Amino acid sequence: MKVGLFIPCYINQLYPQVGIATIELLEKLNVDVGYPSGQTCCGQPMANSGFEYESNGACSNFVENFKDFDYIVTPSGSCAYHVKKHYDIIPQTEEVIKVRNNVYELCDFILNILKIKDLGASFPYKIGVHKSCHGLRGLRLGSCSEVVGKQYSYIEELLQEVKGVELMPLSRTDECCGFGGTFAVTEEAISVKMGKDKIQDHLDSGVEVITATDTSCLMHLEGLINRNKQPLKVLHIAEILNSNL
Amino acid sequence: MSHSKLASIFNKDEKRVDWHDKALWFVRHKRDKSVHNVKGWEELRNLGHGIKAHMLSNLDNYLIQFEENAKKNGVEVHWAANDEEHNKLIVDILKENNAKKIVKSKSMLTEECHLNPFLEANDIEVIDTDLGERIVQLAKERPSHIVLPAIHKNRHEVDELFQEHLGTKPCDGDPQYLTGEARKHLREKFISADAAITGVNFAIAETGGFVVCTNEGNADMGAHLAPVHIACMGVEKIIPKQEHLGVFLRLLARSATGQPITTYSSHFKKPRKGTKMHIIIVDNGRSEQLSRPDFRASLHCIRCGACMNTCPIYRRSGGHSYDATIPGPIGSILSPGKDLKKYSTLPFASTLCGSCSDVCPVKIDIHSQLYKWRQIITKETPQPFIKKQSMKAMGKIFANPSQFEIVGKIARWSLRNLPKAVINSKPNAWGKARDLPLGPKQSFDEWFKERENEKKS
Ligand code: SF4
Repeated sequence: MKVGLFIPCYINQLYPQVGIATIELLEKLNVDVGYPSGQTCCGQPMANSGFEYESNGACSNFVENFKDFDYIVTPSGSCAYHVKKHYDIIPQTEEVIKVRNNVYELCDFILNILKIKDLGASFPYKIGVHKSCHGLRGLRLGSCSEVVGKQYSYIEELLQEVKGVELMPLSRTDECCGFGGTFAVTEEAISVKMGKDKIQDHLDSGVEVITATDTSCLMHLEGLINRNKQPLKVLHIAEILNSNL
Repeated sequence: MSHSKLASIFNKDEKRVDWHDKALWFVRHKRDKSVHNVKGWEELRNLGHGIKAHMLSNLDNYLIQFEENAKKNGVEVHWAANDEEHNKLIVDILKENNAKKIVKSKSMLTEECHLNPFLEANDIEVIDTDLGERIVQLAKERPSHIVLPAIHKNRHEVDELFQEHLGTKPCDGDPQYLTGEARKHLREKFISADAAITGVNFAIAETGGFVVCTNEGNADMGAHLAPVHIACMGVEKIIPKQEHLGVFLRLLARSATGQPITTYSSHFKKPRKGTKMHIIIVDNGRSEQLSRPDFRASLHCIRCGACMNTCPIYRRSGGHSYDATIPGPIGSILSPGKDLKKYSTLPFASTLCGSCSDVCPVKIDIHSQLYKWRQIITKETPQPFIKKQSMKAMGKIFANPSQFEIVGKIARWSLRNLPKAVINSKPNAWGKARDLPLGPKQSFDEWFKERENEKKS
């Protein structure tokens, strides 16, 4: 099984530690990981802004880089969702279809393809899980509060096996954090207010570390936490699953 | 004004935002508790979706069937292509019957057609009898929510408003006293009304009957007392069969407020002896929306308001920030179909979190439609030069790995080395309330290459 690692553009540039934790974790699990060097971005920033047509080049570049892998794994539910849901703007060749079918968010891949739950990690902190929307309601990486049915959450299933982790309950389990890509800038007031409310929910619950399947949400929350000097840390789920504290 | 401008004005009063958010979250939470107790809720949603899709595909036939049956029942049926025709029809009926005083129960359609100002211009008094609607009518505002029209007002504001218009005593916003006074005031209006106007929640093709749902019984009160009843409906309110009501009534009340059933589900079929009943069937842009494959499902909407209650943006920006008849997520996919330019910022007033689509009782893919409107808006309405150029540049950079590497390097260097004051300065909306991440020395790419080289040596 050959696995291609996709590191989203902003993780590559701004949060390399998330990429490093992801590759180390996969290698620990004996996955044959390849990192194609020509990768850039899935195209989501343009597409969500309404400029899908400017993202054709990014989409094609993505497919070109990952077409030869059995699976494509990425530490971002949002990017995986974008490839799956919105790559209908380029011609649906066999390669494109294959890439769209085989792209996985990291937790989903570990739990449902590798079928591993206990990663031998330990992380003695109180954790608040932020269920990033595109992963949750797009990829269905967990049940959401709106839909009636079986309750599940991939990220929590993995965290439950991490030694020392205490999962803290939130009063609003899956409300959006307000990042939303360019929304964070074009609707600045609401974006910031949503983030502040989200953080307060975690603080009220005694959370020490907020984690998520998406660094974009965490970047937004971290920006607020740092500005307001609040006693919270954010870590991507890969960093926790790769910890041995 | 754009949604974001109006939203940021609303956000100047954070306490009000918190209160608005919590009030609506409470309703959403009640909805959750109620639907999680219904076995087969998701099946019910599928059915609701299916029936509406089927109805829309056969709309012409069902409308004709409905008209035939309603006429058989002794109801007069009228057709209006647009708001103007709708308003004129109503005034004609009222004049024919010498009706000067009208009571009206909640109808978003008459709101959409701006019926009230039209009636007033024709010297006809119209009183909204839904308590929330009466409040916004007195305040000369429009509803900020389709189920809870005055949710943006607190009880103290209502207190003041009633003192001014109804002559009530100051009561420190005592809800019991205020509703009591409103009831007295409205009863007088009901008794003296010459005609009653209602909306329609469901019109049944098979029987020619229709159902109006209210929690206050004000539709019944109006229609049962006045000699003339005019019911206004959009074409999409049709359902094929009586038995389908069982699906929609269950979906509607729970989604709207968490109630198992709306307090009054009033079934109307034929006029009482000596009275008249009219139905006005209105298109007003609906068949155009129906012709757009990507957006036709927006016509499934049963106006429960759940997508507003759940929307984290709506709750924090208030209904008026949408500056449209129907606010919130559903309004943001309906309004651009009416006036793309005027409503061009609405599909962007969303993080595409998808909560609206998952809460919607008739499974409208609201957030996907928001995404699709965005693609149309950037092509068909003028876009700021800078936005367009930067998107183009981004597209080029991401299509070209070597360019991406250089740009990334510069960005990281700037984040590390420029003073915070410059980075978070005015043109950067990100930095107004948030810090930017520190630019790391090494990108993942560079780390990876280094590691590969070390492995080799
Ligand atoms: S779109 Fe769906 S959730 Fe929103 S008001 Fe209509 S029926 Fe209710």
